[in-house]
Amino acid sequence: MRDTRTNRILFQIGAILFALIVTTLVLSLAGAQPFAAYKYIMLGAVGSWDVVSNVLVSWVPLLLATSGLLVTFTVGLWNIGIEGQITLGAIFTTWAMRLLQDSGWNPSLILVIAVLAGMLGGTLWALLAGALKTFGGVNEIFGGLGLNFVATALNIWLIFGPWKRPGVASMSGTLPFDRSLWMPIAAGSSRLTPATLVIAIVGIIAVYATIEGTYFGLKLKAVGRNPKSAYILGIPTWQHMMASFAICGVFAGLAGAVQVTAVYHRLIPSISSGYGYLGLMVAMLVGYKASLAAPVALFFAALNVGSIQLPIILKLDSSLAGVLQGTLVLFVILGQGVRTKLLKKTKVSS
Amino acid sequence: MQVELRGITKCFGALRANDNISFTVPPSTIEGILGENGAGKSTLMKILSGFYSPDSGDILLDGEKVKIDTPADAIRQGIGMLHQDPLDFPPLKVIDDFILGEKGGLLPNRKRASKEFKELSARFDFSIDPESYVDTLTVGERQQLEILRLLWLGARVLILDEPTTGISLPQKEKLFATLKKLAAEGMTILFVSHKLEDVEALCSRATVLRQGKLIGTMELPFATKALVEMMFGKEMPQESKTQLKMGMNVLNAKHIDLDGVRIQIKGVDLQVHAGEVIGLAGMEGSGQTLFLSACAGLSQPVGGSFCLDEEEKDMTGQTYHEFRKKGVAYLPAARLEQALIPGLSLTEHFILSEGMRGFFIDRKKAEDLAKSRIALYNIKGRPDSTVESLSGGNQQRALLALMRDPLKLILVEHPTRGLDVESTIYIWGKLKERCANGTAIVFISSDLDEILKYSDRVLVFFAGRVTPPLNASSLNVERLGRLIGGKDWDMLETEAAHA
Repeated sequence: MRDTRTNRILFQIGAILFALIVTTLVLSLAGAQPFAAYKYIMLGAVGSWDVVSNVLVSWVPLLLATSGLLVTFTVGLWNIGIEGQITLGAIFTTWAMRLLQDSGWNPSLILVIAVLAGMLGGTLWALLAGALKTFGGVNEIFGGLGLNFVATALNIWLIFGPWKRPGVASMSGTLPFDRSLWMPIAAGSSRLTPATLVIAIVGIIAVYATIEGTYFGLKLKAVGRNPKSAYILGIPTWQHMMASFAICGVFAGLAGAVQVTAVYHRLIPSISSGYGYLGLMVAMLVGYKASLAAPVALFFAALNVGSIQLPIILKLDSSLAGVLQGTLVLFVILGQGVRTKLLKKTKVSS
Repeated sequence: MQVELRGITKCFGALRANDNISFTVPPSTIEGILGENGAGKSTLMKILSGFYSPDSGDILLDGEKVKIDTPADAIRQGIGMLHQDPLDFPPLKVIDDFILGEKGGLLPNRKRASKEFKELSARFDFSIDPESYVDTLTVGERQQLEILRLLWLGARVLILDEPTTGISLPQKEKLFATLKKLAAEGMTILFVSHKLEDVEALCSRATVLRQGKLIGTMELPFATKALVEMMFGKEMPQESKTQLKMGMNVLNAKHIDLDGVRIQIKGVDLQVHAGEVIGLAGMEGSGQTLFLSACAGLSQPVGGSFCLDEEEKDMTGQTYHEFRKKGVAYLPAARLEQALIPGLSLTEHFILSEGMRGFFIDRKKAEDLAKSRIALYNIKGRPDSTVESLSGGNQQRALLALMRDPLKLILVEHPTRGLDVESTIYIWGKLKERCANGTAIVFISSDLDEILKYSDRVLVFFAGRVTPPLNASSLNVERLGRLIGGKDWDMLETEAAHA
């Protein structure tokens, strides 16, 4: 087999087919009608302008998380702590909003400050994971995982403690902010906020341009592929790792800020909504290439939103989207592995 | 055991690495397999030892056709291969590494293995502690461990791929003695090398490959000139050494004390002058790398000071990047592990090393730069070739091409390790060009000829002791060899006292 574009695409298509087959099997085993399920997922994702705008609402934080992760993957880091970084972004945003909500300042100004605060929160939490790695020798996966638990605990404590609703604390989160402090919603939609959409699109373009076109991006690649050689070539290695942690933290913090200001309008216990982990899957699925991140993230968001209706219509759990996403990533990576093996074999035997 | 190859052919893509190769090696023979880099020696040996399957052709042992698909098959048939980089397990204990390949029950019998290990090593006069860890051994000792392991697993054919690269002279002598002993006991030994002197010193026959084809086999006594012609197709010109004038001080190392993992060095003094070449000789692991890396700020001395330039700027305790800014370059021996970045293209390497200004990469400018450097350094590759796709010699050329201009001091580990004669001459030509422009070079080599041929002065390292700089013109292979082996050091001190 030769290394061609055609067979690369064929393998991708094969992987998608396999993922569908496995998901179909899972559905059949559960006694559901697979094709009805797929139909309702599709309708649930593109059936009306309202669901499409919901998909976009879900796409924004997912794309932000993925954008950040592309930077850390480029430098060779597994920033699994992104979940905690999103949470801290949300906490800092909520904090800023709580401080300023009664100040009488212009709501737009408050929102800008709140988003900036969220970016700061995510960055600090990411830098903590980076410092643990650089100065403490703690692998970023373990450090990040630990910090995720700390972030969740901090979040719950705030919701049930200092920031609890007047009267009784609740799993439904803190008291929602005044409508004037919501991100402006597009006309004709119930939830879509154009400002966040712009942020996400500008973000992924910036990440793409940075990785593919700048000296900084090339240095990140160099450090990611071989830190020892990069150091000998004159590239400060740990500084670049810290920088990429910080950049990922900015994006994670933005995702958290979006969740608070544009989606939930309050702090809730599961504020990160798993977008960090989902972002890891998207990044893996696109092979860490920024050019494909936006459409794949959109597809994942569509699956998520599309499956929301399943429990109501088909009495199926909405985690079906997760099954499909998980098997998809698995088969694509498996496909890449098999393909590499076949290519090698050809190389040896031809 | 008699080893016979019949019509072995192996292609990688369009490249015919082995082209219909047939020859027979009788038992009790040490057969030299000669050829320059890329001649197909390693491929052929990997086929014999089961790492590759041939596209066509047969292997016969004692006249019987055998099928060898994996290295495990090979060792079952009695063929063991010692790879250029020993295939061992650095984090394991010697004894655990030793018993790894053994077929056996659930629980390894360490006691028996340990006893047999000691008996075997006593037979060859090796002194490796079975309870020590593999990563604490020198390359030479790791080779010894591999040889013992292969013998213990029942090898009757031993393949050695470039075994004398990276080991010291005494270790080499011990290796040769061992191999001769094994051959006398009936073993067949295939000795892959591009070092003529090694083949002449050890082998009873020599087979030469060139560009994947078998060129011929020569019995003792070898005619060196004919062998060189068989290998390269032409006589290699020998470069004559020109005497250079001593320039200004570029590096002043004063009473340097170094603390390595297994070695301590005390009180090294060295003044390096512009345009001179200093060779660091010694057994592998005698402290040369420790000292050289300290000269670049890659490791820190525990005592003494480093000053750069005639202004004597104190650089002690500074990082490599500070040294680099002052015009110091370091070229590690492990090219793909420590010096180049697999996956990135030549162009991208040039961009990184030039430290270009601006935010966005100027692709056009970068590619022009890459093209001019590739032409200037005669690298066989394109601007978009990834570094791992280049051959060793071309990687080393790329490494030289990556050095900035001007430089005050170049520190090189094993500049020509694993390279053929042509590349070696080319690399040194380029290094000497730098010297002519006032750059000083300090290099490590295990190759005594290289040390003597290219150095102006030589430092000999032995178990943490370092000689004062010796004039290369006052040295010869024998004297250098004795110093490396730890002899004549008293005489050196007496000489110094009288001087």
